[in-house]
Amino acid sequence: MRKLFLFGLLATLTILPLFGCGKTYENGEVYVYNWGEYIDPDVIKMFEEEYKIQVIYDEFETNEMMYPKVEANAVQYDVVCPSDYMIQKMIENDLLAELNWDNIPNSTNIGEQFYLTSEEFDPGNKYSVPYCWGTVGILYNTDKVDEPITKWSQLWDEKYKNQILMQNSVRDAFMVAQKLNGFSMNSVDPDELKIAKDCLLEQKPLVQAYVVDQVRDKMIGNEAAIGVIYSGEALYTQRENEKLIYVIPEEGTNVWIDSWVVLKNSKNKENAEKFINFLCRPDIALKNFDYITYGTPNTAAWDLIDDEDIKSSEAAFPDLSKYNNLETYHYLGEEGDELYNNLWKEVKSE
Amino acid sequence: MKSKFIKWLSLPYIIWAIGFIIIPLLMVFYFGLTDKNSHFTISNVLAIFQPIHIKSLLIALLLSLISTIICLLISYPLAMILSSFKKGNDKMMILIFILPMWMNFLLRTLAWQTLLENEGIINTVLSLVKLPSINIINTPYAIILGMIYNFLPFMVLPIYNVLCKIDGNLLNASRDLGANEIQTFCKITLPLSVPGIISGITMVFVPALTTFVISDLLGGSKILLIGNVIEQEFTLNSNWHLGSGLSIVLMIFIVISMLISAIFDKDGEGNTF
Repeated sequence: MRKLFLFGLLATLTILPLFGCGKTYENGEVYVYNWGEYIDPDVIKMFEEEYKIQVIYDEFETNEMMYPKVEANAVQYDVVCPSDYMIQKMIENDLLAELNWDNIPNSTNIGEQFYLTSEEFDPGNKYSVPYCWGTVGILYNTDKVDEPITKWSQLWDEKYKNQILMQNSVRDAFMVAQKLNGFSMNSVDPDELKIAKDCLLEQKPLVQAYVVDQVRDKMIGNEAAIGVIYSGEALYTQRENEKLIYVIPEEGTNVWIDSWVVLKNSKNKENAEKFINFLCRPDIALKNFDYITYGTPNTAAWDLIDDEDIKSSEAAFPDLSKYNNLETYHYLGEEGDELYNNLWKEVKSE
Repeated sequence: MKSKFIKWLSLPYIIWAIGFIIIPLLMVFYFGLTDKNSHFTISNVLAIFQPIHIKSLLIALLLSLISTIICLLISYPLAMILSSFKKGNDKMMILIFILPMWMNFLLRTLAWQTLLENEGIINTVLSLVKLPSINIINTPYAIILGMIYNFLPFMVLPIYNVLCKIDGNLLNASRDLGANEIQTFCKITLPLSVPGIISGITMVFVPALTTFVISDLLGGSKILLIGNVIEQEFTLNSNWHLGSGLSIVLMIFIVISMLISAIFDKDGEGNTF
């Protein structure tokens, strides 16, 4: 009898979740592949409730890690959020679907200048809707540095030995060395790249660690004095540690745009466009900005920001006309990629 | 009739082995021995002789060798202590040793990062009591520490198992015949525990040789082990062929260490669990 009772109890507990409390998503699902911590989780919930579409959400750490997964088509993602040069690569390799702009009416909230910049990697604005933008710069801790940091060349200063955090991604690491030498960050000239590589090798003994997302926590925890960081992380780190200052280096830097794209083999293209459209709604874009602190290209959302300091913040919304030598990454082709990757491997293995 | 039923019971495991061990292995060999145009080549395997790769292999061999030796030196006395406990007490001690393994390996390694950082917990405590700080994070020492910490149970358990199986009468006989404790240890205990030692060495050396997470998290990505090279070929450079080719080279090392353990441990006495 007792056995029977136990069995009954187990059976009920197993079957129970199948009934009742589960949510229903009558309009299907959408598979989203986004950067780590790059959306307010509430926004996903709001979208699911409003559109009755289930969001299956995955995260990646770098563009380079995202690409092979999307290319291999292991999980059939619908919407992905790559950066500029990676979008160009995906267009060239025929992985993206053209957007139906009629389904994304909110896309008009995005500032005109961002569509102009997008033309560099997405000619004719056929494939991508800008989501976040920013620069790559230096974050430093005023407790540990007694001079203002303004240049990349200060990352080669002996006195900051073991206090420097570099980006552990090929393009961002090389960009720093290329700009230091006044080269273009899209150069495939072997001589220029060799000089850049030698610079990175020379810097390596001074570097504490090569990191990607961890740079944020390490800077907040006073672990390092200087870190190379994406502008969007700057606002967040300053919120947590007011000793941190973000600067755009004098030698110039990378201006990037991360945009939503829909994959060619997407099975839920309409849902994907609904998702993008939802994210372009000013109130949603603002809510998202508050959470992820990456500059939003959504001018309607920008108008809604109350805090004037944030509206004119150097980190989130810099006035780019003040700076020289700003560039956007281009896709360099398979050979270019290989050249960079091999040199980067040499730097890392030294 | 009954034996037929038992045969059918093994079906799920056969499917498992084919789907998740044999097919992936064949794919590694396929990718490793072909180039981008699916033509046969051994250049991916020979790529191990490129300076970058051979260097990362040598560093990985060196670090995993050091951590295996240290693991052995720590584990043997520990296993002897554990096996000398009365029945019942030893189970509790073993549990304490296995307990951390119930937590995710990544989380435990991340925890070491927080402990070892320059402004981390250990250094904060040290500076409170006015002791000099230790700065080993992002150096090979931190990687070795991470390897030892993560793989120590794999060394303790096989040695403990063989030590427990040693017949107490053998030891008593040796003492009866006038051998002192050191002679007893050298002539009886040590030779009988060789299968456990060899098994422990394999269980520590192989994962330490192939790790890439520990060197990434505790080495600050500044030290490239062969595992990191392979991981990067797959995740960053999208060059599955080179990654698989280098994996084949690593497999050779793994097979060698498994052969050694098979020679010394014929009866499978040193099995961990």
